[in-house]
Amino acid sequence: MRQEQNNIFAGIDWILVFLFFFLVGFGWLNIYAASKTDTSTELISFSTKYGKQLIFICLTIPLIIIILFFNSKFYERYASVFYVLAIFSLLLLFPFGKEINGAKSWFNFGVLGLQPSEFVKAFTALAVAKLLSDRQYNLGLIKNQIKAFFIIFLPAILITLQPDAGSALIYLSFFFVLNREGLTLNYILFGSAFIVLFILTIFFGTNWMLFSMFSIISIFVFYAIYKGGKRFLRFNWHKIIGIYLIVGLFIIGTGYTYNNIFKQHHRDRFEVLLGLKVDNKNIGYNSYQSELTISSGGWFGKGFLKGDITQGDFVPEQHTDYIFSTVGEEWGFIGSSFVIILFMLMLFRIIYLAETHANKFGRIYGYGLASILFFHLIVNIGMVIGLLPTVGIPLPFFSYGGSSLWGFTILLFIFIRLDAHKNYDW
Amino acid sequence: MKRSFLLYFLITIIGVLFIGRLFQLQIIKGANYDPIHNAAVKTVYDYPERGYIYDRNGKLLVANQLSYDVMIQPNQVKPLDTLEFCKLLKIDKADFLKRYKKAKHYASYLPSVFLKQLAKEDFAYLQEKLHKYKGFYIQKRIIRDYPIKAASNVLGYIGEVNEVLAKKNNYYEQGELIGKDGVEVEYEEYLRGRKGKKYLHRNRFNKVTGSYRNGEIDTLPVNGKDLTLTLDIDLQAYAQKLMSGKRGGIVAIEPSTGEILALVTAPSYDPNMLVGRMRSKNSVLLFRDSISKPAYDRGLLATYAPGSPFKMMNALIGLQEKVITEHTSFKCYNGFRYGNRPNEFMGCHCGIYGKPIQLKTAIAKSCNTYFSNTYKRIVEHNNNPSEGLDIWKKHISSFGLGNYLGYDLPAGSPGLIPDGKYYDSRYKYTWNGSTTISNAIGQGEVLTTPIQLANFTAAIANRGYFYTPHIVKKIDNTPINNPNFTIKKQTTIDKENFNPVIEAMSEVFKTGTGKWSQVKGIEICGKTGTAENFIRVNGIKEQLEDHSILVAFAPKDNPKIAIAVFVENGGFGSTIAAPITSLLIEKYINGKISKANKYRETNMLKISLQAIYDKQIPKPQELETGTK
Repeated sequence: MRQEQNNIFAGIDWILVFLFFFLVGFGWLNIYAASKTDTSTELISFSTKYGKQLIFICLTIPLIIIILFFNSKFYERYASVFYVLAIFSLLLLFPFGKEINGAKSWFNFGVLGLQPSEFVKAFTALAVAKLLSDRQYNLGLIKNQIKAFFIIFLPAILITLQPDAGSALIYLSFFFVLNREGLTLNYILFGSAFIVLFILTIFFGTNWMLFSMFSIISIFVFYAIYKGGKRFLRFNWHKIIGIYLIVGLFIIGTGYTYNNIFKQHHRDRFEVLLGLKVDNKNIGYNSYQSELTISSGGWFGKGFLKGDITQGDFVPEQHTDYIFSTVGEEWGFIGSSFVIILFMLMLFRIIYLAETHANKFGRIYGYGLASILFFHLIVNIGMVIGLLPTVGIPLPFFSYGGSSLWGFTILLFIFIRLDAHKNYDW
Repeated sequence: MKRSFLLYFLITIIGVLFIGRLFQLQIIKGANYDPIHNAAVKTVYDYPERGYIYDRNGKLLVANQLSYDVMIQPNQVKPLDTLEFCKLLKIDKADFLKRYKKAKHYASYLPSVFLKQLAKEDFAYLQEKLHKYKGFYIQKRIIRDYPIKAASNVLGYIGEVNEVLAKKNNYYEQGELIGKDGVEVEYEEYLRGRKGKKYLHRNRFNKVTGSYRNGEIDTLPVNGKDLTLTLDIDLQAYAQKLMSGKRGGIVAIEPSTGEILALVTAPSYDPNMLVGRMRSKNSVLLFRDSISKPAYDRGLLATYAPGSPFKMMNALIGLQEKVITEHTSFKCYNGFRYGNRPNEFMGCHCGIYGKPIQLKTAIAKSCNTYFSNTYKRIVEHNNNPSEGLDIWKKHISSFGLGNYLGYDLPAGSPGLIPDGKYYDSRYKYTWNGSTTISNAIGQGEVLTTPIQLANFTAAIANRGYFYTPHIVKKIDNTPINNPNFTIKKQTTIDKENFNPVIEAMSEVFKTGTGKWSQVKGIEICGKTGTAENFIRVNGIKEQLEDHSILVAFAPKDNPKIAIAVFVENGGFGSTIAAPITSLLIEKYINGKISKANKYRETNMLKISLQAIYDKQIPKPQELETGTK
């Protein structure tokens, strides 16, 4: 079997490769449906969105070959270099970036624009894998935790400053990786609890929340005192006060942040989603149109190129962030559920493969990949089907855009490369 | 627990959640999705031509004509020579700017009407030069055309569908044309036809991108149906001419069919006034004039005291209830004393003092005393006036009085025929025939519309039955078969009881109050009427000139026309209403006015009651009819 190492395709997981090409291909059909114009009929062309995307898709093949060409060790060894280069590219954006839609997220090379944040995800995943796979590394230590947080949040902060908070949000997904490697679940639990508290505060208002949370905590405290007696109070009084304070301050802080630090367009997104505001014309237009478009698909959809809402360009950004609404309209419940199931299969496959790695680096990287993809799915599809507020991040492999496509290609195929070599001694 | 469990678990949860949400959206909510009425499909209408309207002799009354609207799409407008353009459109610059701003405010990328209904000659001139003005173009519209300037009250008019109606009725879109009055509204569904619908895909810029499902659900327009009215437009126009300078209503009916031959209200207006550019100005003139009310159809809506013609009704009931016979006689002493107090006396102009008067003479001379006696006998027959009056009303109702007649025009009034209960509540059970004696001579509480009285006359002409009056004879050249109009309605009076009354009515035009209006060769049967009326000015009752009334039919045998004429403040029935009736009957039956009677026409055309009407103008008023 040794000689097969010369063959770059040896040992690669064809299921993932197949899923990749299937999703990219199906994605392109939907981009074609969403961006078709009457004026141009050429498939490969720089003048249409779908023509450009087809070029981007063709270019993934040399990219894949290059990624597979390198040895697994190469990625492990140079992970930190990649990471530093990635951070550097983010820094270069501040002087040289081109401002599009109010964010300096792009380098402009003539016809082609590159969005570094789409690539940085892959290199951050490499860096996290590198750090966590070190034999000396123990996540139990606060010092090490801070190191990991630093690696993860440095690009996130730089991206937030562009400002592109949506893309930065993705870095939260690394908590899954850290958890897999031993970080306590408390971070995620506390995080989730505070998100719930945050949403409830927006929904019900500061005063009402302060009152009800005070009541709820008090009920627990009284119950504990009733059960544990005076001893409980003697040993835990500082914790009880702490809980009251933290929850109270968080609610007040949320109210303050929401009303004074958030911009009106952020507030609008939340309020439309939570149903506090009904607006199908301006702020809520995207979500309303997107939901309507999906609803109109019914069981089997209207058929390829026959979705009249898609063809009429009623959904803004439909070829990029809202591409899933095209699937919903033209391919119906069957088609859109199928896409979700394919994504789930891909994620299961990645996690399954990652768990089979003897090598820690490969496993952690695999978890990084799965977590990033998963987070994208939640945020993007959740937004398109009206479960989450509007956050402009692409649907992996589907959405129009060279940077995002190549970013995910690199992310996935590095894993495929690592996975192909997992059985070899390296 | 394996560390990988959390992610597997979350992915599954999210996957199920998302598919569940998709199910909710696409299957549950998607079931209500309307594939046609949404933003992505545009419905384009293909309007059929509205049906024409003809009179009973095939004369064209309502046709269609093209009108030209100047349209504008502001985002395509290039700088232009406003001065020249304004000259072409005959507007000034300020008006131009106002209209431009309005269109731009509506939507810059959508066409809207810039100037409505251009005159034909302006259009011809503009068409040559329009290519210079980008963003402007001409849109054709079909509007109504009235070759004969008469019968506007019958024909009605068409107008644009407003927002409220468009929401209520899913056939119409805002701005489409719909019948608004007269036959146009009553027969709207026949006249309009059915518009064709074309479904097109459009994008969010409202640009059409192709046909929806290759046009398989598109429909073709169905042309509107032509109507033939029962109206004789020559008679109608002649009657309108005779009524010039007067106010009132005339209704003529063919007794053998119930077909309305003429339905006149005065003052009237030229139907072309509600078409074209002057429409809005004119509609203010027509609909805001609360004094002469040209848009108010007096023939259908105005309720007048019927006056003396109502005596025939009492005669018929008296005969039917056997309280009188043809030979019953009463003596008249210049009036009828119905109580002991000095004012409880009703005067009479019959001029036959102290001699017994029989029915024939009573009608011919319009004797108040005779009918007061008859009425008292009817009402007090069983010593129970309330019951007596109910019987009285039952007979009257069978002639279609006191309620809507059920004809095919959108306006109407029930009038008033009181019954026992009416007076029970008014007089607290202490009343009798004397209390309500004015009903004997068609004054007091009794109110009728001209069309009701014409129908009443037709029923007499037919000796006991009538067909509900109607205005449409044929739809699309097929005679109507509405049972409401084709089945005869029997009155409660027996046929033989009509003969003495008809003999008497014939006498009216031979020797009675109508003798100055007889026509050689036509035996007219009729009855004049003179109804007092008052106006109240600041609580002071002031008597006005009497209303001049006449009902008649002719010829006596095989009647061809039954007619009721009301002329407001026209004085005695014999002075205005009678000659007008006679002229109309002669015109209808002979087709022309003989030389011998030409003087009547000249006289009637000369008479204008404007001076009398003007007296009523400055004071805010309330018209009411009073007791004689």
